[in-house]
Amino acid sequence: MPEDHAADIQLVSRAGEDTGRSHGLPLAVLAEITHRCPLQCPYCSNPLAMEPGSNELPTADWLRVIDELAELGVLQIHFSGGEPTARRDLGQMIARATEAGLYSNLITSAVGLTRDKLAALVEAGLCHVQISVQGAEPALADRVGGYRGGHARKLEAARWTRDLDLPLTVNAVMHRQNLHQLPAIIDMAVGMGASRLEVANVQYYGWALKNRHALMPTPAQVEDCTATVEAARDRLRGVLEIDYVIPDYYAKRPKQCMGGWGRQFFNISPSGKVLPCHAAETITGLEFDSVRDRPLAWIWEHSKALNIYRGTDWMPEPCRSCEWKEADFGGCRCQAFALTGSAGSTDPACAKSPLHDHIFALAETEAGEERNRFIYRNLSGGTEEAGPA
Amino acid sequence: MRPEIAPESVPRLPRHVKLRHDKARDRWLILVPERVLVPDDTAVAVLSRVDGARSVRDIATDLAQTYHAAVDVILADSIALLQDLADKGFLAVTEPRHA
Ligand code: SF4
Ligand code: SF4
Repeated sequence: MPEDHAADIQLVSRAGEDTGRSHGLPLAVLAEITHRCPLQCPYCSNPLAMEPGSNELPTADWLRVIDELAELGVLQIHFSGGEPTARRDLGQMIARATEAGLYSNLITSAVGLTRDKLAALVEAGLCHVQISVQGAEPALADRVGGYRGGHARKLEAARWTRDLDLPLTVNAVMHRQNLHQLPAIIDMAVGMGASRLEVANVQYYGWALKNRHALMPTPAQVEDCTATVEAARDRLRGVLEIDYVIPDYYAKRPKQCMGGWGRQFFNISPSGKVLPCHAAETITGLEFDSVRDRPLAWIWEHSKALNIYRGTDWMPEPCRSCEWKEADFGGCRCQAFALTGSAGSTDPACAKSPLHDHIFALAETEAGEERNRFIYRNLSGGTEEAGPA
Repeated sequence: MRPEIAPESVPRLPRHVKLRHDKARDRWLILVPERVLVPDDTAVAVLSRVDGARSVRDIATDLAQTYHAAVDVILADSIALLQDLADKGFLAVTEPRHA
């Protein structure tokens, strides 16, 4: 075995190694530059009240913010949305990020891409592309995305990505309507030339919470899913790396959300608000600071919304005295809010939460009810799927 | 499949792998999709000489001179290190020219 000459980075503060702190220099930022999107996925992580185009941060502000990000120590920027390619100044932003030394990743539905558009982004310094898929074949995938012809365009965009010599990650959001296609999705990802596949089970807040009746998997599906992933990982070692997290409602311990609230990562919303994660706006009562009003460095240190759940001091029992509190930071605040009404309680995905059994039972019942009709995501508050339920 | 690194291979960093010195943390970093790696001094010494023109042997010879070490040992270390990166998809090579 050769010794490892390159280890994963550990969190540091500006003063050097300092693991005792509640946060370090941020490693990555998710830049949600718009909520506009041609697709209408019923699990979309955007808030129910989306920003209209007129509220979006103008180009000049984004360019300034990108410089501030680099100055602050951010290393990677993920351009996301909504659909980031819906903004015509995306190329300008990527070019600025490249100049500032940031590593640019594009998280896209790929539906609005053309080969020329993508080539221009690569020219501007784009390093990696992540394309989301909704299923393994057009009928189901286009139904989930609420966009006819979308699936075929994704496959085409994947080809351009590989032609342009960029690595590709495929992101597959999984739920009751598409879990049976997981084996075919894995094969498809290999065929698309992806080096990574994210098998992402739906997280239930925002639009997904509104659609939980149609999305919640059955326990049997989850079991199959885990087995499929494990077998594929073995079979595809060195070909396709598969990221997989077991769905929260069926887990015993919560996942470590965002590597800890405000610890190493943040999100900038289309209007310029700095959020600890992409779903944080679903928590009502938190006030977020905006890059329109304050320098980023100030926000990262002083924003109340970032500080409130940083570290472990805010924790109630059972987390406060739990041996795992530094490992999972008490789970997901957005999920705690969605399920308990309080963002400051233990994530009910945890078996130690008094609500755990209740949400497990709820999930099981809901999954068995066969209410399969989606409410599609859009700027007018959602549209119910046509046809029989 | 992943390329095999030989002394005459000419390695290069693909577009999605960036070796850079980070001012804020004062250290060398390798940026790759979804991850940030911290190379040790050996890796920095080798990788900062990877330019898509020099072969592994050229790089090892240069290192041997700079650090007054035996070229064979350095060559073997460099190959192991580069092979590891290539296996992870973080290094591309121009095939060795067969004489
Ligand atoms: S989840 Fe679907 S609707 Fe939401 S931004 Fe992504 S592609 Fe668009
Ligand atoms: S009690 Fe809290 S800290 Fe312990 S495992 Fe559960 S969520 Fe994590």
